[in-house]
Amino acid sequence: MPDTNGPHLIRGARPLGGDPVDLLFVDGRIAAIGPDLEAPEGARTVDATGLIALPGLVDLHTHLREPGREDAETVASGSRSAAMGGYTSVHAMANTDPVADTAGVVEQVWRLGREAGYCDVRPVGAVTVGLAGEQLSEIGAMADSAAQVRVFSDDGICVSDALLMRRALEYVKAFDGVIAQHAQEPRLTEGAQMNEGCVSDRLGLPGWPAVAEEAIIARDCLLAQHVGSRLHVCHVSTKGSVDIIRWAKERGCDVTAEVTPHHLLLTDELVESYDPIYKVNPPLRTAEDVQALREGLADGTIDIVATDHAPHPVEAKETEWSTAAMGMVGLETALAVVQRTMVDTGLLTWAQVADRMSTAPARIGRVDGHGRELAVGEPANVVLYDPAAPVEIDGGAMVTKSSNTPFRGMTLPGGVRATFLRGVPTVLEGKIK
Amino acid sequence: MRHLLSTGDLSRDEATLILDTAAELAQVGDRSVKKLPTLRGRTVVNLFYEDSTRTRTSFELAAKRLSADVINFSAKGSSVSKGESLKDTALTLQAMGADAVVIRHSASGAAHRLANWVDGSVLNAGDGTHEHPTQALLDAYTMRDRLGRLEGLRVAVVGDILHSRVARSNVLLLTTLGAHVTLVAPPTLLPVSVHTWSCEVSYDLDEVLPKSDVVMMLRVQAERMRDSFFPSVREYSRNYGLDGERLGKMPSEAIVMHPGPMVRGMEISAEVADSPRCTVTEQVTNGVSLRMAVLYLLLGGS
Ligand SMILES: [Zn+2]
Repeated sequence: MPDTNGPHLIRGARPLGGDPVDLLFVDGRIAAIGPDLEAPEGARTVDATGLIALPGLVDLHTHLREPGREDAETVASGSRSAAMGGYTSVHAMANTDPVADTAGVVEQVWRLGREAGYCDVRPVGAVTVGLAGEQLSEIGAMADSAAQVRVFSDDGICVSDALLMRRALEYVKAFDGVIAQHAQEPRLTEGAQMNEGCVSDRLGLPGWPAVAEEAIIARDCLLAQHVGSRLHVCHVSTKGSVDIIRWAKERGCDVTAEVTPHHLLLTDELVESYDPIYKVNPPLRTAEDVQALREGLADGTIDIVATDHAPHPVEAKETEWSTAAMGMVGLETALAVVQRTMVDTGLLTWAQVADRMSTAPARIGRVDGHGRELAVGEPANVVLYDPAAPVEIDGGAMVTKSSNTPFRGMTLPGGVRATFLRGVPTVLEGKIK
Repeated sequence: MRHLLSTGDLSRDEATLILDTAAELAQVGDRSVKKLPTLRGRTVVNLFYEDSTRTRTSFELAAKRLSADVINFSAKGSSVSKGESLKDTALTLQAMGADAVVIRHSASGAAHRLANWVDGSVLNAGDGTHEHPTQALLDAYTMRDRLGRLEGLRVAVVGDILHSRVARSNVLLLTTLGAHVTLVAPPTLLPVSVHTWSCEVSYDLDEVLPKSDVVMMLRVQAERMRDSFFPSVREYSRNYGLDGERLGKMPSEAIVMHPGPMVRGMEISAEVADSPRCTVTEQVTNGVSLRMAVLYLLLGGS
């Protein structure tokens, strides 16, 4: 656990990309913001010249793998990786072993997160027992537990039964919860290996058609509106999905949606290599989809960026394509990918990045104390990011226990220099504490 | 040319060189001593994860006629069946000093993956539903041998295109060599993006037959019926099977091909399979010469 307590004076950071100013953190809160602040007794000074200050990032979609797959990641290693990426809170997905479908498991994950101390780990509860899609799990008990679960998801598997989905949406209204749906019509994607289209046809890999995602999203939006509940759509990956969500929002459906960094940057052409480092679910799509996702994130149709950080051990990826595991690590590259795809392209300002990666995800997940303004009196959850520090990505050099990054060998434009969790640095000078 | 993974990687000149080399080497098969010393001291490994005695035997014979040492590394009864990864197997073969690895695997792209892990040449002998390059080459060889040319030849490929590695390799190769390919199948057995391929598409076999110099019938597995690709074997056979009556609609010089194994009564009737216009056994014979040519060119024999 990081232990560098005491006041921190941040010199010359640019809050939300604005003019340089000093920030003072004392006792876990932002104590002062202004030019040329006086350093109090014992304060540590951090030179943040040229760095952008954003509220600590909040990830609504993280696979921490513990319990069950501690060889790939643990709550501790995953939350360190999160801190390295500028996150101060992450939502740990429920598809662990055992599944996080009881108060006992979510409290265990929550406690492990507190013990690690690198970010606030918010467990996601499973919608159905064992992710089996048959019977609701004890959603209320998880909501009332110490973990205070508000986001429920069978992620990895779609809640495909329409009646069960309706019930889940209705049930979580009692405590302001939200159902985060992994939208994948199961029959249309049996054995699916990659986006269905020109590339899959050429490569002879069974296709995962866009309609399998879009049909579920359309159905769920209609269901959510019918019962007056909140729906969150995980990892939107197609142009058609963006269109459907835009339409649903226009007609008053309380739906929010996320896009992953990899779907904002990468396309299915990469699969030509048959390298499973590019295997993910939902799969990488076409350049046209990527463009629509960027536009959807820019105009607010897609509310947030979520990583879907999915660590896997080396042997799960060093195989032929069809037997390889699906998923990519993403916590440590998310902000740089968003800079490259959204900021450097003029689609988002840094203030909007703060909304899409901190404020909005904290609101959707009902996470207290995160996604707040950078203002005096607020919790000092802050990331300092250097947008002009190009770095070549190397999975082996990452903090996560796994190395399955699809950005390996690519140069991304910037990097996190420091992350503060309630005034305590979890990352300083670009290094994990 | 270091590996043979896809016919799409072959230029027209390279493909023609393979066919010409095969034609020269075919003469070896006609001699009483069917052996050349060309690849003496070189090691060829047959790494077969799928049962395919025909293809494995063809490669084995080809390598032996060039005097190479041949190791059959079958997935059954070896460490492979105990769950050893393709990568570890590759490293083992590498350590054994394999100069070429011939791989047959049920996963599309397995040959591509293997090529990352071994220094020797990799020959794709069929990977999942992706490609089967030597089959397409021996098909082209057979067409040229029978009909004297490939340029401008009208080739119909009929059957389960969606799941066929033979179809993919043939479309790429035949297009490169100047032939015109028409794929014929029910829409369910065609890839969704087939309209972007460099070939024609038809759902109507009877309409295509009179305009074809070559009709290549692909095997259709009856199991596809269970997955609703077509309603019944009878209906498939009625619409897309090649029988004597349909044979009569083809130009008199036109040939019938099949990569084997045939399902008589499904995609092809016994009458057609046994007709002199059907080249199935020639394809098998030509397969050996063709595979000799590929091994010879890949291993730089002189
Ligand atoms: Zn998912």
